[in-house]
Amino acid sequence: MSLMLDVLSGFLLLSGSVLLIISGFGLLRFPDFYSRIQAAGMTDTLCMILIMLGLMLQADSLEVGAKILFTLVFLFFTAPAASHALTKTARQSKLRPWQSDKGGESSKS
Amino acid sequence: MLKYIISLALILSTIWLLFSGHWSHPVLLPLGATSVALTVYLAYRMQILDREGHPVHLIIPVIRYLPWLLKEVVKANLIVAGHIVRGRKSLSPGICRLTTTQKTDVGRIFLANSITLTPGTVTIYVRENEVWFYALTEELEQGVLGGEMDRRVTQLEGEQ
Repeated sequence: MSLMLDVLSGFLLLSGSVLLIISGFGLLRFPDFYSRIQAAGMTDTLCMILIMLGLMLQADSLEVGAKILFTLVFLFFTAPAASHALTKTARQSKLRPWQSDKGGESSKS
Repeated sequence: MLKYIISLALILSTIWLLFSGHWSHPVLLPLGATSVALTVYLAYRMQILDREGHPVHLIIPVIRYLPWLLKEVVKANLIVAGHIVRGRKSLSPGICRLTTTQKTDVGRIFLANSITLTPGTVTIYVRENEVWFYALTEELEQGVLGGEMDRRVTQLEGEQ
């Protein structure tokens, strides 16, 4: 039983880490501010959930598991507020989204 | 009013017990009970113990809504991961508008947060009955414009 839990938790942690690396690459590869926020949003949601669940399975007492669960819930509610605030500020400062048909060179800076 | 007082006290006591881990300490347990009572009294004095400040009636609808939201989050994550692998040529970003049908502020917050939580779409403006959002591709844009999320959030908010 404990071996199964270890394997499951290792699988969750590993898949979370792989997604984390992919979203890190996305942060560098995507063309502009708005799309980079989407790549960063991956770490806020699925990566965070997978890693927290993996850690929860490793917790040795109810209290530790509950604290990790509360961390997960708080991150789940606050992460969208942060992305929304960043996007709204960018939009209000008249930042235009990158368009693929312009050839992608215009927003290189 | 009594319903809100009892539910807030129950929730706070559970959180206190889980966070502290002292289930049978002779000194700390009464102190914890005192702090819970003080917090409930302060909330009562501040008059935030009402439908909006302490929406207990939403707990069961939210629990029923979460699995669907998690499924959408996983789907959108995999789509965005695919676009990261394929590079910027696969993107077709745009900003568009969705007409919403929520009646309360809590419902609007739920919809805006759900849109932002699914990677690939971010809410920009929230108004009385419309939401402006940025979408990474047309496919993700159509997913939100399809209105299933809006319908589910309105249903969640309507349940008592």
